Amino acid sequence: MAYSTKDEQRFVNCTLSGPVEVYVRDGRIVRVLPLRYGKDDAEPWSIEARGHTFTRPNKASIACWVQGAKQYVYSKDRLLTPLKRVDFDPYGKRNPEKRGISGYEPISWDEALDITVREIVRIKEQHGPSAIAVTGSSHDSWGNIGYRMSALDRFWNLVGCTWIDHDPESWEGSYWGAIHAWGFHWRLGQAPAYDLLHDTFHHTEMIVFWGSDPSTTSGDYAWNETDNWRFHMKKLGIKFVFIDPFCNFTAVIGGDTWIAPRPGTDCALALAIAFTWITEGTYDREYVKNRTYGFEKWKAYVLGEEDGVPKTPRWAEEICGVKARVIVALAREWAARRTTLAAGGRFGMGHPGRAAYGHEWSRMMILLLAMQGLGKPGVNAYSTTGGAPADWSFFFPGYADGGISGGSSGPRELGPRGFPDRPVSSSIRQRANRAAFPECVMNPPVTYRGIYGYYGQSAQQQFQLLTFPFEGYSTIKMVYRQGASYIGTMMQTNRWVRMYRHPSIEFYVNQTIFNEPEARLADIVFPVCTNFERYDIGEWDGISGYSRHMGPTNARVIVLQQKCIEPLGQSKSDYQIFTLLAERLGIKKEFTEGRDEMQWIKRMYEVSDLPKAISWEDFRRKGYYIVPVPKDYKPKPAFRWFYEDRPRDTPDWGPGIVDRPINDGRGLSTPTGKIEFEAQTLVRFDPNDPERPPVPHYIPSFEGIHSKDLLQKYPLQLISPHPRCTFHSQNDGKSMWNEEIPHHRRLKNGYRYWVVRMNRADAEARGIADGDIVKIFNDRGAVLAITTVTERIIPGVVHSYSSGGGYDPMGEPGRPTTVDRGGTINQLTSARFLSKNCAGMAPGSCLVQVEKWTEEGK
Amino acid sequence: MTRYAMTIDLNRCIGCYNCQIACKDEHVGNDFPPIAVSQPTFGHFWMGIEERERKLSPSHIRVVYIPRLCQHCGEAACIRAARNGAVYRRPDGIVIIDPEKAVGQKHLVEACPNGAIFWNEAKNLPQKCTFCAHLLDDGWKEPRCVQTCPTGCLHFGDLDDPESDIARFRREQQPEPLRPDLQNKPSVLYAGLPKPHVSGTVVYGDRDELAAGVSLTLTGPSATLTARTDAFGDFAFDDVAPGKYSLHCSAAGYAPFTRTFDMTGDILYLGEILLQPAG
Repeated sequence: MAYSTKDEQRFVNCTLSGPVEVYVRDGRIVRVLPLRYGKDDAEPWSIEARGHTFTRPNKASIACWVQGAKQYVYSKDRLLTPLKRVDFDPYGKRNPEKRGISGYEPISWDEALDITVREIVRIKEQHGPSAIAVTGSSHDSWGNIGYRMSALDRFWNLVGCTWIDHDPESWEGSYWGAIHAWGFHWRLGQAPAYDLLHDTFHHTEMIVFWGSDPSTTSGDYAWNETDNWRFHMKKLGIKFVFIDPFCNFTAVIGGDTWIAPRPGTDCALALAIAFTWITEGTYDREYVKNRTYGFEKWKAYVLGEEDGVPKTPRWAEEICGVKARVIVALAREWAARRTTLAAGGRFGMGHPGRAAYGHEWSRMMILLLAMQGLGKPGVNAYSTTGGAPADWSFFFPGYADGGISGGSSGPRELGPRGFPDRPVSSSIRQRANRAAFPECVMNPPVTYRGIYGYYGQSAQQQFQLLTFPFEGYSTIKMVYRQGASYIGTMMQTNRWVRMYRHPSIEFYVNQTIFNEPEARLADIVFPVCTNFERYDIGEWDGISGYSRHMGPTNARVIVLQQKCIEPLGQSKSDYQIFTLLAERLGIKKEFTEGRDEMQWIKRMYEVSDLPKAISWEDFRRKGYYIVPVPKDYKPKPAFRWFYEDRPRDTPDWGPGIVDRPINDGRGLSTPTGKIEFEAQTLVRFDPNDPERPPVPHYIPSFEGIHSKDLLQKYPLQLISPHPRCTFHSQNDGKSMWNEEIPHHRRLKNGYRYWVVRMNRADAEARGIADGDIVKIFNDRGAVLAITTVTERIIPGVVHSYSSGGGYDPMGEPGRPTTVDRGGTINQLTSARFLSKNCAGMAPGSCLVQVEKWTEEGK
Repeated sequence: MTRYAMTIDLNRCIGCYNCQIACKDEHVGNDFPPIAVSQPTFGHFWMGIEERERKLSPSHIRVVYIPRLCQHCGEAACIRAARNGAVYRRPDGIVIIDPEKAVGQKHLVEACPNGAIFWNEAKNLPQKCTFCAHLLDDGWKEPRCVQTCPTGCLHFGDLDDPESDIARFRREQQPEPLRPDLQNKPSVLYAGLPKPHVSGTVVYGDRDELAAGVSLTLTGPSATLTARTDAFGDFAFDDVAPGKYSLHCSAAGYAPFTRTFDMTGDILYLGEILLQPAG
């Protein structure tokens, strides 16, 4: 009989990087395709501008690792049974120092669950629930029911724990900086891109991409959805300028010019642009006068009246390495054209903001925009990700709405709709800052300012001083980790390894899909199935929370994630694992509310707007629904209302009533309601903070081109932006097909090495050739990588993507001198915060040396 | 008749590698007799990407991603080299390696001048792209690599249908073979293959300022080309055939500038052209 795909079952699922069709035969996945939209789906929207029409594609664009999802499911690195470390004896010697060294033995689910429950009870009895530290992984398997903010939160809020708080690591600069320039604390400093695709197509003449590589990072989960937009922009004649020490992946296909400042000097470049505009009178005086505050102080600093140093293009050239005449040309062209600024892959993300004093860069990006009339047609803050036509009035929750937990960040709309029956939230005040968690465990007390959760209730919350442990609460005795290994995304990764091996951690559970770095440090490991092996419900890129309405997809695709195959081996869904633990702890009813996964899914369907559009039966059978864009759709571009000084007409949910003196819909949430050159929140908090003064300054990096002594030892600057071929550490180091992409890993002598990019001059000076294995090192760690010699990175700088997932120590785990063969670049980055009052990560400020690895092959 | 072919628009390739991986998704772990049997999990690239990094000037670097696959040649070296009819062309133009008859014929790997045939050690079998003929035979419109391409740079279809996307694209773009020297009538053609490139930067020498909007004329063996500098004083001429050239540049108030050069290679950056005030 001839082969036919009609003999196969077809399912629909959603991943963290796109919705897919899954073909199954005999209980095995045959193929995975990006979802094709059909004739009975919403009609594609079009934008007509400048004589050309752009119509959205009629299929999803997915990431490379989602195209390789079959190999993800069938990877040899899947965990298929519960595991116990061989020398972990919960009744005797626990041997914590053997974590990361000893092997594992399969045990039954009963045994694994019993040990874990006994430990939870013992530790609660002896120390109270705050002795248990819990955290999940961001961007883990897709689905609103199974996600960490849903099942994990509900279970542990019922049991009680100290949450390890994530913070806005991807846009540190915005959170600690932009909030004080333009507000948006309810979005943690990032502004939404409402209808900016329309605005750009119609009005923009030039886009400056500053530390921005949207073809690589694509504004979170949309992946290749936005590339067609940029091809269309090029067709419309929009010029693309790239400012980045690395000629990035968007630049090499669409760049009209590439300007390469040294890492950590972006603020000098920004100041020289402002200097040119001020001295040549080419900024928008009217806008500055009416829509901003404190310009005179900024002007005084720029012109050198404050400190005696005029921020001339020549001054900047000395610092950033960009020729003064290039800076002048850029400033003039920027002022002469309708210019949109793309600062970061989603506005505010990007490596210049994740570096020493990254908040200063983030604020300056906004101030440059303000000098050219942010909100004017064609002049906006837009990274060409997000901002497509969409009907945001159609309610479907995102993962950050809290799922079955009912806890929520951001707009909190799920709870009022009666989902779940009884929300649970943490009753334990103690929380730990993830960036400082190893120190909280190994060396308390630890004091830091700011983060108390992923909090966006006000601009002032980040000023709060905290000391861990909180008064009256316990230190940490047990760690419960759910989701993919993330230590590869944590600064100075060795700290985490040392922490997991520390004797104060009496018990460490890891609940995950793969045998990966953090699982290899655990006492007990629970094997989790992938999202193809269970049911769930979710919208593609449906984050909500602080990122609400920011999705860069071409369409709102809401998916009933159909179970395609049975869980591999003895793996189970996260929800089922928590249900089994809850049963043993006597809280099954409280945890499940009597629902299984499908009943939760149906309940979420019911409280959303889906029933108005599609019946439960049709939704369940078909597997997805596309929210149509209304025929009479009227674009209301972000900031246009502000530019025109009228009440806000975008569907944003802030500024809140509390943020404004009068609820007239006008103004930003800053104290003056305007864009602030001199931040009034900082004037009130600490006007004398030299590391974050009220007017943003160029402050030489604490680890960069001015670090004279350290440069003797470690003469190369390392930049490690968000990766192109994985989603952080996920989908790396798991024997997947993206490991055959030469930008990700390269095969040598049977091992797939992480890639480091190096200029020819730096390589030749060290006797390094393309394809050589090198050791990248500093006092914090040593990592092996394979060299890609390229002109795309400037001399003196090496580029290697952050967040590898393949930590592979060649010696005692956690020691700075132990060489990591797996390419965990964050071994090298510093745990020092952005600045003294800003507890965010700064991986962009990192000095290293690179040498040819000579022991290879011995 | 149906005559399947592919045209690849390199101007729209972003190097996402989804085509390479979709091919693996389809062909790893799946047998589709008599078209193909499964390929090894790693190491085969029936569809793969060749990258060419081209530094055109200090401020312009292009990467050209060239998807490489069996060219399904009209005059296929593999068919000639095969014993026992192990490689054949179907009436629709697709070249197939018979997974039974080709067992042991390792010389086919070397026979392909495009490097598109891979050796399966475990199966003792040469293997390559099939245009996913098993899917086309099942009524699918395109192979997996084409289906997954997010930017539509892979055009596939029936050349004998003048209304097909590929027929239209070929009329509009005049794509070329990757290796015209082989003269083997490939079914796969490319638009946007990199061409010899000349560029430079014009500077007002008296005031250290980049010269925007300056006109340039390039006179060469076969034609005269014109360009204007952009805001950064940069100019570029693409597709410049080998030969002797004369570049002329003039700006109001500045002395005319002329430079002659030999274009021999792929990329020539003329560096900075300093204009000096007239008189």
